[in-house]
Amino acid sequence: MSTSPRRTALDALHRSLGATMTDFAGWDMPLRYTSERDEHQAVRTRAGLFDLSHMGEITVTGPQAVQLLDHALVGNISTVGPGRARYTMICREDGGIVDDLIVYRLGDTEYMVVANAGNAQVVLDALTERAAGFEATVRDDRDAYALIAVQGPESPAILASVTDADLDGLKYYAGLPGTVAGVPALIARTGYTGEDGFELFVEPQHAEKLWLALTEAGREKGLVPCGLSCRDTLRLEAGMPLYGHELTTALTPFDAGLGRVVKFEKAGDFVGREALRAAADRAETAPPRRLVGLVAEGRRVPRAGMAVVAGGQVVGEVTSGAPSPTLGKPIAMAYVDAGHAEPGTAGVGVDIRGSHEPYEVVALPFYKRRK
Amino acid sequence: MSNPQQLRFSKEHEWLSPAEDGVSTIGITEFAANQLGDVVYAQLPEAGDTVTAGETCGELESTKSVSDLYSPVTGEVVESNQAVVDDPSLVNTAPFEGGWLFKVRVSEEPKDLLSADEYTEFSGN
Repeated sequence: MSTSPRRTALDALHRSLGATMTDFAGWDMPLRYTSERDEHQAVRTRAGLFDLSHMGEITVTGPQAVQLLDHALVGNISTVGPGRARYTMICREDGGIVDDLIVYRLGDTEYMVVANAGNAQVVLDALTERAAGFEATVRDDRDAYALIAVQGPESPAILASVTDADLDGLKYYAGLPGTVAGVPALIARTGYTGEDGFELFVEPQHAEKLWLALTEAGREKGLVPCGLSCRDTLRLEAGMPLYGHELTTALTPFDAGLGRVVKFEKAGDFVGREALRAAADRAETAPPRRLVGLVAEGRRVPRAGMAVVAGGQVVGEVTSGAPSPTLGKPIAMAYVDAGHAEPGTAGVGVDIRGSHEPYEVVALPFYKRRK
Repeated sequence: MSNPQQLRFSKEHEWLSPAEDGVSTIGITEFAANQLGDVVYAQLPEAGDTVTAGETCGELESTKSVSDLYSPVTGEVVESNQAVVDDPSLVNTAPFEGGWLFKVRVSEEPKDLLSADEYTEFSGN
């Protein structure tokens, strides 16, 4: 284990922009450049530019690459066409979630798996182990890519001004190779903000050139550099889970309300099938705690780990919480006993340092963009 | 950023104005405000409360975290800044001015408060 945090190819640029840096999953990453609320609003109304180079890329190739992925992951990767992407998960034999992933099909027999920074090594190890017996190669490509995201309603116009790639033909959860600002890139229409946007995978040596070109292209459109702080409030408003908060090895996808990612109908066995079948049945007969949204009536902010209470009893636990710039109120995601999980349930509160603050139970997400 | 020369500072990143008629104004430094990020909620001591040097007397909540507010001096609170309660972002935009937090009739102050230059060196900013 290294003791000093890793730095992305854009590190010097972040510092020259005056970023406040933070240690995130072993990486020194921008937390914010100016005000995280201004950065959040820029992404909701105009555009934001993110360095996400900490994300972990793993390439899987070979004639049986897709068979390996169907065996190792819970999704049906065989149904992903070339140039398309799929949100999926990797689980343990006992059904516990190891990580949530995006798998991009780059070619007939070439796939890129993108893992969370904090789980990249574990996912790499699991894929390598699960590859035994398959004619497929698992390659650690974490150092092969820098990842820059441009997100927000102005992002298509900004990106279009620096690439000839067919962005109109690029659907949500699709990716195509192209050239952006003279730099070869994998252009993906994915994101973690609840807005339209793109993620650009490039060689680290090209990252600075691409960042500067996007900054220039976005100047008139109000694009600003954005840190991880606003990324967290953006994904929370959009009701998107974060590993380590809403997703853990102690939970199956069914516990997290994401059972739809598990594809029992796919051919062949996959790691966790038996335990996940049992978890699916359990979820039918004895509903587990449900992931819900909470909106504060007051101004104190719920944080991960705080107890959700009703009638003097603990009925759940907050997994993520923050002041919502869009709603203007504190919001949270929480796992809550089924009996208190219906939107509008009265008498639910959060124990914030000893005082029970009233909260409204709402359905997720808190925010949905207008298409 | 620069720390105003007429103020004195605590190692908990509060500032203290020179007393006028025995009353000092207290706030948090620009360095502390930048570390917190956007302040979204301020719970301040109220007029009549007694505060003790080095002890918590309220909290400041930002996007990422909640932080205890410490009083740099001992005394009785004579006023808290309602403008900050109504609009906590004042702490970020004007930490040494409109973002002040409360005023105290000082009965005792610790000897280890820092000058502006000492605080600049202490905080590295």
